[in-house]
Amino acid sequence: MKEQIEAIRKNAIEEITNVKDAKELNDLKVKYLGKKGELTAVLRGMGAISPEERPIIGSLVNVVRDEIEKIIEEKEVAFKAIEMEEKLKKEKIDITLPSNKVKRGSKHPLSRIIEEVEDLFVSMGYDVVDGPELETDEYCFERLNLPKGHPARDMQDSFYVTPEYLLRTQTSAVQAHVMMENEEKTPIRVICPGKVYRRDDDATHSHQFAQVEGLVIDKDISLADLKGTLEVFMRKMLGENTQLRFRPSYFPFTEPSYEVDVTCFKCKRKRM
Amino acid sequence: MKLSTNFVKDYIDINVDLKTLAEDMTKAGNEYDSAENFINATNLVVGEVIECEMHPDSDHLHVCKVNIGTEILQIVCGAPNVRIGLKVIVALPGAVLPGEFKIKAGKIRGIESNGMLCSIAELGLDSKFLKPEDKEGIHELPNEAQVGEDPIKLMQMDDSVIDFELTANRGDLLSILGMAHEIGAIYDKKVKEIDLTYNETKEDINNNFKVEVNTENCSIFLAKRVENVAIKESPTFIRNRLMASGIRPINNVVDISNYVMLETGQPLHYYDADTLKGMLEIRMAQNGEKLITLDEIERNLSSEDIVISDGEKAIGLAGVMGGLDTEITENTKNIIIESAIFEPVKIRKTSKDILRSEASTRFEKGLDPNRTYMAIERSCNLLEKYADAKIVGGLVKYDTTNLNDTKIDITFEKINKVLGLKIEKEDILDVFRKLGFTYEVENETIHVSVPKRRIDITIPEDLIEEVGRIYGVDNIEGKLPELPLKQGSYNKILRKIRNKMIDLGLNETLSYILVNDREAQKYTADEFEIIPLLDPMTEERNTLRYSMIPSMVKIYEYNKARNQKDVSIFEIGKGFFKKGEEYGENTKLCALMTGERYLGLKGKKVDFYDIKGITEEILDYLGYNGRYSFVIKNQIPQEFHPYQTAEISVNNDIVGIVGKLHPGNVKEDVYVLEINLDKLLEKRTGNMKYKEISKFPSVKKDLAVIVDQDITSEEIAKQIKKSAGSLLIESKVFDIYTGTGIEENKKSIAYSLEFGTSDRTLTDEEINAILEKIIMNLEKQGANLRK
Repeated sequence: MKEQIEAIRKNAIEEITNVKDAKELNDLKVKYLGKKGELTAVLRGMGAISPEERPIIGSLVNVVRDEIEKIIEEKEVAFKAIEMEEKLKKEKIDITLPSNKVKRGSKHPLSRIIEEVEDLFVSMGYDVVDGPELETDEYCFERLNLPKGHPARDMQDSFYVTPEYLLRTQTSAVQAHVMMENEEKTPIRVICPGKVYRRDDDATHSHQFAQVEGLVIDKDISLADLKGTLEVFMRKMLGENTQLRFRPSYFPFTEPSYEVDVTCFKCKRKRM
Repeated sequence: MKLSTNFVKDYIDINVDLKTLAEDMTKAGNEYDSAENFINATNLVVGEVIECEMHPDSDHLHVCKVNIGTEILQIVCGAPNVRIGLKVIVALPGAVLPGEFKIKAGKIRGIESNGMLCSIAELGLDSKFLKPEDKEGIHELPNEAQVGEDPIKLMQMDDSVIDFELTANRGDLLSILGMAHEIGAIYDKKVKEIDLTYNETKEDINNNFKVEVNTENCSIFLAKRVENVAIKESPTFIRNRLMASGIRPINNVVDISNYVMLETGQPLHYYDADTLKGMLEIRMAQNGEKLITLDEIERNLSSEDIVISDGEKAIGLAGVMGGLDTEITENTKNIIIESAIFEPVKIRKTSKDILRSEASTRFEKGLDPNRTYMAIERSCNLLEKYADAKIVGGLVKYDTTNLNDTKIDITFEKINKVLGLKIEKEDILDVFRKLGFTYEVENETIHVSVPKRRIDITIPEDLIEEVGRIYGVDNIEGKLPELPLKQGSYNKILRKIRNKMIDLGLNETLSYILVNDREAQKYTADEFEIIPLLDPMTEERNTLRYSMIPSMVKIYEYNKARNQKDVSIFEIGKGFFKKGEEYGENTKLCALMTGERYLGLKGKKVDFYDIKGITEEILDYLGYNGRYSFVIKNQIPQEFHPYQTAEISVNNDIVGIVGKLHPGNVKEDVYVLEINLDKLLEKRTGNMKYKEISKFPSVKKDLAVIVDQDITSEEIAKQIKKSAGSLLIESKVFDIYTGTGIEENKKSIAYSLEFGTSDRTLTDEEINAILEKIIMNLEKQGANLRK
């Protein structure tokens, strides 16, 4: 019986070593280890041997079974690796083909700038406030010291819809709202970004454009504070080395009034 | 205001170059547009034509020999008036004439030519200043001209001009004297006296001439009579200075009135005295009254216009333009000079309605009544000198003005506090002195007397500005305000919506709010009145938009015209309306999608469900999950596809519309969305809920029913939900089918149903019982189970 088992072992090792594919391997697995396999047959035939020999033969069968199982397993792993490799090969794609983009939209450049300005001033404790774009003459002009017939109204030729209502020509209109609504007369720190409209249209002027207005009301506020604030603002927007120049000017609603010249962000020199 | 530097130097001694002057004026708040020589040409010299022969190859060119003192040049010239003995302006090779016209030595039709003989036009003089002979040929210099000298100097045109863009408050700078004071303040120079001397006859104008002012819109009116004027060409310096200032010379009398206006800022009017009837009346015009002005145009007047009348009819439009009947002509002998101030607002209105003139520009900004006197005296001075006039004694005078200085008090501290500077007391006082203001110091207070010429200065802050202007604000050290810490705020919700739309793949746009009036009424079923502009620039943009869709469609069309077929855009902007007498505006969100939505290989054509999905994403994101539905409550606006459009209802109130644009108007498949954000954001949102995923497996069942085409999937879904009760986790449509096997006008809708509960696994019996109930209830509604 020992010889028989040894013969099975030898045949099995030889056959399994030379096996060609996973199917053949599976057949051999059934042939040697299956319920009707050769080793099982040996165990079944154990009734015919002496009780003394039974444990010896039994353990021998188990050793052989373990050995065969092990080499089958090794073969299986090898075949799986080959199979996987073949499968992956078939899945090869052209990685240079266009992607399936989930395209994100884009923010309008002007929105970006306005948000940047808002964030800067919010970080300095300003509130961002808004007002009507269809404004009354009272808030757009009269309350800003521009009575009817004032020559400075010429600078801002306007779109009226009635003698009393117009599209606001300046975000300064919001200033008057903010001040009127501040009944407790507390200090004010606001900016008002927004669209404004003027009756003007050529290659360099659009009838609709954006402004940002700033208003600070408090005790002990001076032009030096205005200049410092504008410096922070301009340097943030145009670069750290931006230089500012105040030039006296005239606006009916501020006194004294200045225009601000800044060094060019590109050539760093010329007046803008 | 064009400032002739020669002119202003009559009144102020300065020795700075043109650019420095212009820049220093800018620093003081007076910007300029240009600063150039009056004649912008180089390398010019006086020459004498000593030989002049016809060009062998031309019927009009001459070949000339021209003596320029140092040498004799051969120059080919095409002017008909070139001749031997003529003194001419020679542009030498290397000269640059206005318009970057460079003169080079060369050959003209084979004959050598070393320069050019110039006309006045070629020196860059504005065409309105050219005399007929200037246009026909080269300029003929007087015989006394010295060969080799500078012709510009010879013609007294060696002047330079700064064109200032003045601010609206500085009407005083519309005069040479005003400019002299300003320049004097900058360079600390005293302004020279103007010559107002003249001789008078013993008569008194008041004996046979009177003025009646019958309106409150004339505060001062002065009249003087001069006789026996000799009308002729003005002296060269007057002509040149007028031209440098942009005014066309006419004759000595008219020119003097303009010259004095330039000097003093006070517009004058000269009447031919012999056309008057011994009086002038100043009054408001009658509605419909007619007047033919100097430019021979009949003007239709209104009761808002101030007129000068001869007692019978209007003969002049006060402050704007004189009348034709009483104008100065070549035959004028005797003159009445008018010097007056009219109400700026009225002049402004008249000049806006009728015409703007040098005079009206000055009246509009307000005048110093002291100059009203000065101008009339200066007129007499110049008319006597340059028009041989006899000045009649006496002055007709109506004057309600206050000629005194304006008194303003201010403290040193206040000035420094506002400017953020530490200017020494004496430096502050020095600014007032330079400006020609007088002052008295009493403790910390300065009592400043501001001459009337600076009518813009009325309050202490004006004085602070003056100190800043003249002392200079360059040295203000910027600092940040010391304010209490506080967190600033901004409208977070609009920014969230903007970012969400971008995340959803749409590009933000910025469109014009002005649209065409027909467009403004479209894309909405709302009731409102459109808001047209009173004075639009174009018909294309004559009305405020109500809906933003017209603006978005414009952008779509712009893209389409440029072959951009895939457009997914959105904007948050305003829409405007009128209801009754009320005007209002709403913040709206608008989106437009067409073409393919995703790029790459898997482009997908946009359809209704894409834009519906965008709408849902936004509403869910804002917290309206479960609170909105897509309904058809109102009439669908006719610009929309009637069967692919829905209204957006939130908490049972319509807040917007989503749908396809009508294929009858738009060929491509274009989908739009508009939500009134003001209306939406005032609606209550639900609280955000967190839900655990059940530990027990759920069960999925598919169910397909055949229903009438008109039945909406929502109706079926509602019935499923109602029948299934709380054990149904989710129901999803996964297929719609029509065609083979399905009756006409029917459709099959397939649902994937997910059942489950958080405390156990459901049994098959439970689920089958629910399914049976669903099927039974659906069949009651006329649906059939598809097997």
